[in-house]
Amino acid sequence: MRFEPAASQGRERAPAALKLAVAGVLLFLHLPFAIIVLYAFTTDDASYRFPPPGLTLDWLQVAWNRPDVWQALGLSLRVAAAATAAALVLGTLAAAAVHKSRFFGREALSFLLILPIALPGIVTGIALRSAMSLASIPFSFWTVVVGHATFCVVVVYNNVLARLRRTPASLAEASMDLGATPQQTFRRILLPHLATALVAGGMLAFALSFDEIIVTTFTAGQQQTLPIWIYAQLSKPRQRPVTNVVAVFVVLTTAVPILLAHLLTRDKGGGIAGER
Amino acid sequence: MRSTRRSPGRAAATFLFLRPRLALGLLLAPPLAWLGAVYLGSLASLVVQSFFHLDGFTGQVIRKFTFATWRDLMTPANFDIALRTATMAAAVTVAAALLAFPLAYYMARYASPAVKAVLMVGVLLPLWSSYLVRVYSWKLILAKEGVFAWFVGQAGLTWLLERVLALPVIGGPSLSVSSLGTFLAFLYVWLPYMILPIEAALQRVPRSLVEASADLGARPAQTFRRVTLPLALPGVIAGSIFTFSLTLGDFVVPSVLGNSSLFIGQAVLAHQGTAGNIPLAAAFTVIPMAIMGAYLLFARRLGAFDAL
Repeated sequence: MRFEPAASQGRERAPAALKLAVAGVLLFLHLPFAIIVLYAFTTDDASYRFPPPGLTLDWLQVAWNRPDVWQALGLSLRVAAAATAAALVLGTLAAAAVHKSRFFGREALSFLLILPIALPGIVTGIALRSAMSLASIPFSFWTVVVGHATFCVVVVYNNVLARLRRTPASLAEASMDLGATPQQTFRRILLPHLATALVAGGMLAFALSFDEIIVTTFTAGQQQTLPIWIYAQLSKPRQRPVTNVVAVFVVLTTAVPILLAHLLTRDKGGGIAGER
Repeated sequence: MRSTRRSPGRAAATFLFLRPRLALGLLLAPPLAWLGAVYLGSLASLVVQSFFHLDGFTGQVIRKFTFATWRDLMTPANFDIALRTATMAAAVTVAAALLAFPLAYYMARYASPAVKAVLMVGVLLPLWSSYLVRVYSWKLILAKEGVFAWFVGQAGLTWLLERVLALPVIGGPSLSVSSLGTFLAFLYVWLPYMILPIEAALQRVPRSLVEASADLGARPAQTFRRVTLPLALPGVIAGSIFTFSLTLGDFVVPSVLGNSSLFIGQAVLAHQGTAGNIPLAAAFTVIPMAIMGAYLLFARRLGAFDAL
């Protein structure tokens, strides 16, 4: 329940100092992105000299022709796709269960779902690593996926649960009362209502997985996802702008799903009656 | 009569509708099995591993119950690592709360819906976008020949930067290899995690309370301190869970921007990697787990989970 001013009699004006602080924090949050982009075009390939001695587009081509970049990208995409699929199924089921009924341990389940992202990343990583070592499971594509899916579930869960809470149960009941089969009710009523939440949750899970490095380090062995590739490049002195080009690419690839997810799940109309 | 039509789907739906416990069980089984077996199982194996021991001669892990690994953990050097990491986590958390509050306050109190939507994207984008790239950007910024040093030079303040870098604990040869640089990068990457919960908490402060406080004669500063701030506290605590926990368990920031002194994450990584000493790495990880466990209980008492 939120209290809006009875009549919008004009908003108060923020103090100038507050506005200044806001601008400062926003700059702090966003300027580093501009720096990364700038350095993807520098002609200086061995140091971080500022201002760059010259600008060039050559690094785009060099990065394009590097097979190791493509390999890492391919692995990252496949891992993210598999982890997202698993998270979608598990997160939706958990959200449905928690929404549907109050059961013993309901709070504990929410807590358990949050734990993989609330506990420090190395905990999840080393826990999986130690379980693999105890069970003598070798590193593989699937060990990476299992790690990613574990912390992606909560993102889908949150999105779907929030949507379920805004979807009246009477809709599905009415559909069934009017003679629709469960499949029809699911396809025509439930799915359209959940669709954007699922897409948004899925995209956030994808972005989360695509970008993850801490847990991955423990579960990947010699395999290189894109973040691990970048991390390995940071200690190499040559061709630094190639890393910058890949970094810009990663930022752009994750920004698109994030923006879309945000657009799909925000409250339309800022809380019109009946929305909450 | 359509309503009496029987289909296998409808029969199954009726069957489940009449047995809500079974339906619930079917919904819960897969996520519970996954989190129970994969996640909790792994955490349990972590604790078990910490009671095994690495044979120094053969390099093999001996799977027999022993406290030897825990004894290895209790050295002054390891204590330093834990203390350094916890101190950094605390410093980052406090600084993040200080930086996040004005923005969150502006978003909740003053911003028009359109401006607020833009600000929201402005916070969410860095939160979700590549963490590694954002850490890396600070290497570019803080390098000796980098952006920050250039601006400092233009402002004629190089002497000040040099004096700061000469300080014993926080300084170093350049900002990109100092505790100060590590701190800045941590603050930068985790700041959005602090802004969102504070904003959510402030959003829930009823305007009528603020007005009532003013009507009853409180000055704006008093209202802020006695009404707004206490109500925003659960949001701050919720945000601090993230900033604290994320800092405790990170090895990327200190290895990209730090000096040679280790953080918990780096120690864990080193022990499980080249040394193959998974038991010691596991025992090491129990420290941040214990710290976070205590912190979560504390946060729960302060009502932080309502603000997540």
